[in-house]
Amino acid sequence: MSENVHPGINLGASHGEAHHGSERTAFGFWIFLMSDLVIFGILFATYVVMRPNLAGGPGPSELYDLKSIAKQTGLLLASSFTFGLVSLSMKYGSRTGAVAFWLVITAALGTGFLYLEIKDFARMAGDGGIPQRSGFLSSLWALVGLHGLHLVAGLAWIGVMLALITARGLSDAVKSRLLLLGLYWHFLDLIWIGIFSVVFLGGMA
Amino acid sequence: MKREARSELRRYVTGAALSAAFTVLAFWAVMGSSLPRMTALWVVGLSAIAQIAVQLRFFLHIGWRQKREDLQLILFSLLLLGLMIGGTIWIMSSLASRM
Repeated sequence: MSENVHPGINLGASHGEAHHGSERTAFGFWIFLMSDLVIFGILFATYVVMRPNLAGGPGPSELYDLKSIAKQTGLLLASSFTFGLVSLSMKYGSRTGAVAFWLVITAALGTGFLYLEIKDFARMAGDGGIPQRSGFLSSLWALVGLHGLHLVAGLAWIGVMLALITARGLSDAVKSRLLLLGLYWHFLDLIWIGIFSVVFLGGMA
Repeated sequence: MKREARSELRRYVTGAALSAAFTVLAFWAVMGSSLPRMTALWVVGLSAIAQIAVQLRFFLHIGWRQKREDLQLILFSLLLLGLMIGGTIWIMSSLASRM
């Protein structure tokens, strides 16, 4: 095993400069991820506090659709795994085609997740579950919505990386950015574990 | 090189399989079982913690042999998070029970 210079998958010594070059950027990116985690943590705390405050509006049993949440969870977990395949084909294969292929699959799974989530939100709004209805609904939309927005940003980032790969191939800078995108994508899956456990399963148990 | 690649792939497959197992367990406890509410909540909570640990280990490659500043960053963030979430819920529930 080669020496690890940062948390997350490392490019390894065979990638020369790119391996050590990613040490500082990865550390900086971890600082961003941890501050993002604090934002999500506060929203989780707000949700738990606001959870009983329905103000006569609809509650979890009228609004949540656990089957759809289960499908979304499956899609997101699968996309986290396929991003692992992006990292591995970059680290060992260095073939542009394989990296791009798994990136496209990851983006497709992420888009499927987002489609189901938007459908859920639209149905909730149709059933009177709009954010300004109650403290519970405000905190729900803020928490789950922020995760959804992160996913949109992740999909845009994947698009940018695909364009960069096509234009420049797997240069050192591109490899280093793909490492960061991988950290970001796995991080979103971690947040989602918290959301489906605390918000959806916790609310329906 | 080839062996290392295969062992790293196995790492991701293990992570995905364990994550899927914990997810199914959590959803089953709420949707498919007739467990009492408190038991179901415990199953959901514990499988969430287990799944987060699995993904940190297998997807994000975080272990005990981290470089010191990386580990300190993560642990310090978790400390802040615990203080803020725990403190908020403690204070607000105490407030609610006194009103």
